[in-house]
Amino acid sequence: MAIKVFPYRNFNIALIIGLVMISFLSLFIGSVSLSPSEVIAGLFGQGTHAISVIIIDLRLPRVLMGILAGATLGLSGASLQGMLRNPLADPGIIGVTSTSALGAVIAIYFGLSSIFPAAIQLMAIFGALVSTAILVLISMRDSSVLTLILAGIGISSLSTAAISLTMNFAPNPMTLQDMIMWMLGSLENRTISDISISLPFILLGWSLHLGISKGLDASSLGDDTARSLGIDTKRMQLQIILGSALSVGAVVAACGAIGFVGLVVPHIVRRLIGYAPGRLLLPSALLGSILLISADLLTRLPFGYGQLRLGVVTAIIGAPMFLYIVYKTRKEMR
Amino acid sequence: MSRLSIRNLDVSLEGQKILSDVSFDISSGRLVGLIGPNGAGKSILLKSILGVIDKNAGEITLDGRDISYWPLKHRARKISYAAQGAPVHWPLTVGHLVSLGRIPHLSPWQSTTHEDQILTLEAMKKTNVEHLSMRITTSLSGGERARVMLARAIVTEAEFLLADEPIESLDPYHQIQILNILKELTKNGHGVLLIIHDLNFAQKYCDELILLDKGKIVASGKPSDVLSDKNLQKTYKIKARRFDKDGDNFIIADKLLNSE
Repeated sequence: MAIKVFPYRNFNIALIIGLVMISFLSLFIGSVSLSPSEVIAGLFGQGTHAISVIIIDLRLPRVLMGILAGATLGLSGASLQGMLRNPLADPGIIGVTSTSALGAVIAIYFGLSSIFPAAIQLMAIFGALVSTAILVLISMRDSSVLTLILAGIGISSLSTAAISLTMNFAPNPMTLQDMIMWMLGSLENRTISDISISLPFILLGWSLHLGISKGLDASSLGDDTARSLGIDTKRMQLQIILGSALSVGAVVAACGAIGFVGLVVPHIVRRLIGYAPGRLLLPSALLGSILLISADLLTRLPFGYGQLRLGVVTAIIGAPMFLYIVYKTRKEMR
Repeated sequence: MSRLSIRNLDVSLEGQKILSDVSFDISSGRLVGLIGPNGAGKSILLKSILGVIDKNAGEITLDGRDISYWPLKHRARKISYAAQGAPVHWPLTVGHLVSLGRIPHLSPWQSTTHEDQILTLEAMKKTNVEHLSMRITTSLSGGERARVMLARAIVTEAEFLLADEPIESLDPYHQIQILNILKELTKNGHGVLLIIHDLNFAQKYCDELILLDKGKIVASGKPSDVLSDKNLQKTYKIKARRFDKDGDNFIIADKLLNSE
């Protein structure tokens, strides 16, 4: 069985063009229709005050957050699948998404955001750091991939149970509604200040992924062979766990829990450019952004406005796509 | 001339002693066969030399310095490894998989060069897998996969090659082909440590043999001396029959010692 794939460079260029186009399109769509000239004028602060507010304060932060969140989820999905040598891995599997969500839900429960506006984000990032600390401690003692997956599942189950418990004890229906809405994920009403809280963590997480692509490729042959090829596998694992936890934690803090992007995107990319895990990182980040902005666009179309939530759309698009890819690649993955 | 020296090596895993007081050298240009019954500690010994498994005592020196002195990348350029069973966790193409052997020569940001690609092709030709270049590894037979893995280990151009049962799943044609390649590597100045179970191939191809049993070296040196009746009975618990043909000596495991 031979594989036909797209050239790597051309594929990335096509994705960058796609991302620019969809991002630009995203500035046009919303409850107020704007012409291209109005959008451009708004971007440069030359239009009316209303247009400027719509573009600079509402739509641009939404697009920027979509790019950052999608890229983070795609990148960490690809790196975690490569590192754990498991096509079912995603940021959720190491427990980061759920501990981060738990942090946010606790902040909502106690109404901390009324005391300190960035409380939800900071608690979500704190939640991500707690699970990261546990995983780092475990991986320092035992670097086996299976141990990490099992530890992640354990952390995730515990946090999910704690989230349910917190929701159960929600002091009033409004707080419960806030928790549910937040759990479903959204890019709505994100501000530049929301982005600026998350951005340092996201960039730090991304930077930890730099230079790991050869190590990921080598670890396809098992840890022993990877080490014999000069790869410090333990260090690489730490880089990926820390990098994913920080960036995904910051994304969950800003947008809520958005599922399926991290799981599905690497599968789509593999189908198009081959299975080498190190080559999936950049295109998965780009495609993650495209997918998330597209999903967000759907929530803004007239039929979905105010009804569809981002996390639901990513799951509705992602799940059938995932099933299709799994069916098509079942022979290769044996 | 490079030398890989192992002195008084002790290795324990989970409190159990696996290797005890193991000492030997591998020099450039020598094909050293590591033989012994299942569970003797052969694969653990290879992994200890690679630094994958920590030693409890003893010394492993490369070019006169303790192996831990050399950075991982330097070690990888000096010692390559062909793992037993050849696990591949993603369906990579054969060409890409073999080219991974060039990683020790590349910086984290560097792509494979034209020279790397030529070396990859040459290694694939040597092990007769160049026609499989675009195939995915998960669709290969066991024998094809073993040859691909050896090509991956050869392409590193390390001075030493540690090969864990590279001919185990191969047909006789490809067994001889792989052994010829390993022999040729030693003629070109490489040192090879080969785990092998076929005693006839071991004595025909190896310059020296190390017989390991229960983590200790029972005998080492010239193949004809190591494969004495006494050693075979002591370690493998077998009675062997021997005959000579065209100047070669052949060993046939005939009976279990305890079946008499």
